Amino acid sequence: MTQKNRLSGGQIDRDTTLKFTFDGKEYEGHKGDTLASALLANNVRLMGRSFKYHRPRGPLTAGSEEPNAIVELRGGARQEPNTRATTAELFNGLMAKSQNRWPSLAFDAMAINDRFSNFLTAGFYYKTFMWPAAFWEKLYEPIIRKAAGLGSLSMKEDPDAYDKGFRHCDLLIIGAGPSGLMAALTAGRAGKEVILADEDFRMGGRLNSETLGIDNLAAADWAAQAVAELSTMNNVRLMPRTTVIGAFDHGIYGAVERISDHLHTPDAGKPRQILWRIYAPKTILCAGATERPIAFDNNDRPGIMLASAIRSYANRWAATPAQRIAVFTNNDDGHKTASDLHAKGIKIAAVVDTRPDAPLAENYEVLRGAQVIDSKGRLGLTFAEVKLADGTMRTLECGALGVSGGWNPNVHLTCHQRGRPAWNEALAAFVPGDTLPPGMTVAGAANGDMSTHGALTTGAAAARKALGLKGKAAKTPDAEDAPVTQTPFWYVEGCSRAWLDQQNDVTVKDVKLSHQEGFRSVEHLKRYTTLGMATDQGKTSNMGGLAIMAELAGKAIPEVGTTIFRPPYTPTAIGVMAGRMKGMEFHPTRLTPSHFWAKERGAVFVEVGNWLRAQWFPIEGETHWRESVDREVTATRNSVGVCDCTTLGKIDVQGTDAAAFLNKVYCNGFAKLAVGKTRYGLMLREDGIAMDDGTAGRLAEDHFVVTTTTANAAKVYQHLEFLRQCLFPDMDVQLISTTEAWAQYAVAGPNSRKLLQKIVDPEFDISNDAFPFMACGNITVCGGLRARLFRISFSGELAFEIAVPSRYGDALMRQLMKEGEEFDVTPYGTEALGVMRIEKGHAAGNELNGTTTANNLGMGRMVSKAKDSIGSKLSERPGLNEADALKQVGIKPLDPSKKITAGGHLMNADGPVDAKHDQGYVTSAAFSPSLDSMIGLGFLKNGAERLGEKMRLVSPVTDLTVEVEIVSAHFIDPEGERVRA
Amino acid sequence: MIINHPLLGPRDSAEFVYLGDAAMIDRPNPETASPQDWHDYAYLRENPAGEHRELWFHEGGDRSWLVITRNTLTHEISKVEIARDVARKMGRSK
Repeated sequence: MTQKNRLSGGQIDRDTTLKFTFDGKEYEGHKGDTLASALLANNVRLMGRSFKYHRPRGPLTAGSEEPNAIVELRGGARQEPNTRATTAELFNGLMAKSQNRWPSLAFDAMAINDRFSNFLTAGFYYKTFMWPAAFWEKLYEPIIRKAAGLGSLSMKEDPDAYDKGFRHCDLLIIGAGPSGLMAALTAGRAGKEVILADEDFRMGGRLNSETLGIDNLAAADWAAQAVAELSTMNNVRLMPRTTVIGAFDHGIYGAVERISDHLHTPDAGKPRQILWRIYAPKTILCAGATERPIAFDNNDRPGIMLASAIRSYANRWAATPAQRIAVFTNNDDGHKTASDLHAKGIKIAAVVDTRPDAPLAENYEVLRGAQVIDSKGRLGLTFAEVKLADGTMRTLECGALGVSGGWNPNVHLTCHQRGRPAWNEALAAFVPGDTLPPGMTVAGAANGDMSTHGALTTGAAAARKALGLKGKAAKTPDAEDAPVTQTPFWYVEGCSRAWLDQQNDVTVKDVKLSHQEGFRSVEHLKRYTTLGMATDQGKTSNMGGLAIMAELAGKAIPEVGTTIFRPPYTPTAIGVMAGRMKGMEFHPTRLTPSHFWAKERGAVFVEVGNWLRAQWFPIEGETHWRESVDREVTATRNSVGVCDCTTLGKIDVQGTDAAAFLNKVYCNGFAKLAVGKTRYGLMLREDGIAMDDGTAGRLAEDHFVVTTTTANAAKVYQHLEFLRQCLFPDMDVQLISTTEAWAQYAVAGPNSRKLLQKIVDPEFDISNDAFPFMACGNITVCGGLRARLFRISFSGELAFEIAVPSRYGDALMRQLMKEGEEFDVTPYGTEALGVMRIEKGHAAGNELNGTTTANNLGMGRMVSKAKDSIGSKLSERPGLNEADALKQVGIKPLDPSKKITAGGHLMNADGPVDAKHDQGYVTSAAFSPSLDSMIGLGFLKNGAERLGEKMRLVSPVTDLTVEVEIVSAHFIDPEGERVRA
Repeated sequence: MIINHPLLGPRDSAEFVYLGDAAMIDRPNPETASPQDWHDYAYLRENPAGEHRELWFHEGGDRSWLVITRNTLTHEISKVEIARDVARKMGRSK
């Protein structure tokens, strides 16, 4: 028989046998198993190695609180480290591997750490690796990094999809145990919109693990019946395999639904997981409770588990870690495990109860007033050493030991908004405090109501109260209602290497050391020892650590206090946080109307904000981008080029106060701009720093079209709305973003007018006299298509920008190419655009970099003193206007073949090269085919007065020193004759 | 967070863009303000642990600016106003 430790009964489907491997060895389990239950059924207790000491470990629990049985699932790109064997649902073909061991789980070379444990105690990082300081970076850190961590990453891209979604309800119920089911039944029957979420794949919580009865039904059957009733209600949404990971502001909850983790691979078109954002005005937390262990020496051997976990494996999964089991308890619950196991045919070695008056049992021995003080067994438990009430020792032979120290309410989600749990003396445990996330109530064991009857009653009552239900409450099903009191018993006297936090290898000794060395507050204790800082957030360990610290400090536990919990409740894959937003889907990709035309032309694209813009258009024979860019620049300057500038922000400004409004927006004047004219405008921030620039064309007395840079389009629009709504609330002005409404193209070069004349309808005269530099107007093209024409130039050539409604953008571009054949019209991309604007000395994003003023940009005199505009007052500050203020200049290497780079700093021709002697810096650089030289733009102290000066351009980072000459920033056509041609 | 927009009802805060202290509405009068007034307006912000009036922009919605009174300790939002109404009340009408 392959499943040696498989028992009778349970909620597994024995007709469905599933094959799986663990560390390469094949096993069989059943549908309904977890990886842990199937391994236990196959007599495998050893499932991992501990973090620091590499001690052999098996499962401690049967749920998501598991600190030990942490494995790597699947292979290839789907390999997932650090998953809990106790929650991993078994499927056919599941491949699991143990972690943190080499060469094998049974023989781990790093287990040598265990021998040196005296050097690896609390705070060893701070002590051991301190001297000499120089060793840290080169030696200690790499060693620690190599030794740290548990699982390994595949380093391959995750092939699965993740989604995000939104859900709304009247009532969210977290946890589908007795209180959650009862709350859902109460709210569901009342017709309310209910979401019931549970992390398990089978709803019912502890009811699935218990043999007690509810209303003459077995607990698990009652749960199944409740779930069946709920599933018939259209107003109730059952969400199994869904962990509510966080309670956020205003009744918003994060929940991760595992859609495909129980499948070999996700079904076609299905995501692996979904991150839900659940909006719930009311929430009932029914998260149950977690059993707590008792610390004794060597209490971490495989086979030593929480008593309730052994009971779960036996009752729910029909699996047992061993055929002979002992129980160590301080409360009645531990006895339940013994009697359930006995009923399943397991031999009970003894029940060791710390209480002198513990109840006796008919079928097995109860050792009253006794304690387990040590254990034996190299890779798994073989013997438990018991100190009897009379002080004599007794050795119990057993393959597993169930430990029960009482139960802790699962208060985690009540702390997510800094709520502090409160101490409950009768339970010797923390229960939810007074300050809960708004809209949340807590019911059942999570609130300290430990009996089944209590859970059912409080679940129903919480739902009635949360929803304000009137009328007579339905009868609570009959269930056990034994009063539960818990007397604290945290650890056995004199223990030392007794594990509290098994995942982070923190022992009783470490806590004592922390106290001895003065790290006594709970927050210090946590950080010094790493207690509770592992991926389980100390669900099974925090209380033990607190209790020991309290005892050492001579205080009560509530005086010592407790740390609180943060989201996520359980470890969450980064992939589900990202959802679909990865790679190019991280943000929307915006395409211009002529994008596909550009693609046909073989354009190379560049991301600019969300946009894809053509960077250059290589033609046959060109092997380097510079060849393409140089050609595009030269062709434009010699004849005509066309560039897609649709991505520039466009804001329509209308209203009788439109001109007055723009007078506030721009530092230069707009009130007197004539209809049919365009003007360059510079926007300042209120602190006087340049914010953005662009043009504004006046199409009518009360109608302007404002352009912004591509990068700042959204920000400028937001800024303008702020001015309109908050600063000038009664100006008659309306704004609308029309960036997407118009496709816009720059047509530049000496032949640009000739080309446009071929497509502009003949009734519109665009000759130099009728349509001079900076003219603008509404026109029609191609026989009646409405368009806007602006005679503006970024390139420094005779140039126009023409805009048509977006849907005609592609057609217009093709038409320009066709009509332009006789001029060898050349499309150009953002690189050529950049080269030409540097040649012309136009500032762009590199110069408007958030530190520069109008004065720096050589536009100081543009700031009108005749009117108030945003930033005008603070731009007058003396600090921004000193004699040696930076001024924009042009930079040319003395040797034209020398390269200059943006980011380099300007230093005097002689003298030291250091920050103190810094004279300025280079913002933009490019090769100018027109000048056959590298050129650059930059800012230089008192630059306007230093034209002709020879300086050094240095970049210590790239080891660059070039001799340069400071020149006018207007490399091309400084008189501006071309633009007016 | 959920922001109860005065015109649109409860909206997720993800639809909004945060700017900061609502004191930014109180731009100094350019006719009368001193350099100190401008300095304080541009650079000084209250940063209370507790109730704070702040500006939010409904960028993914109706593009209105709102003045939201939010407790920075609890994130409780006690008041939501249309910023334009606030500006008018502060005498910013022309």
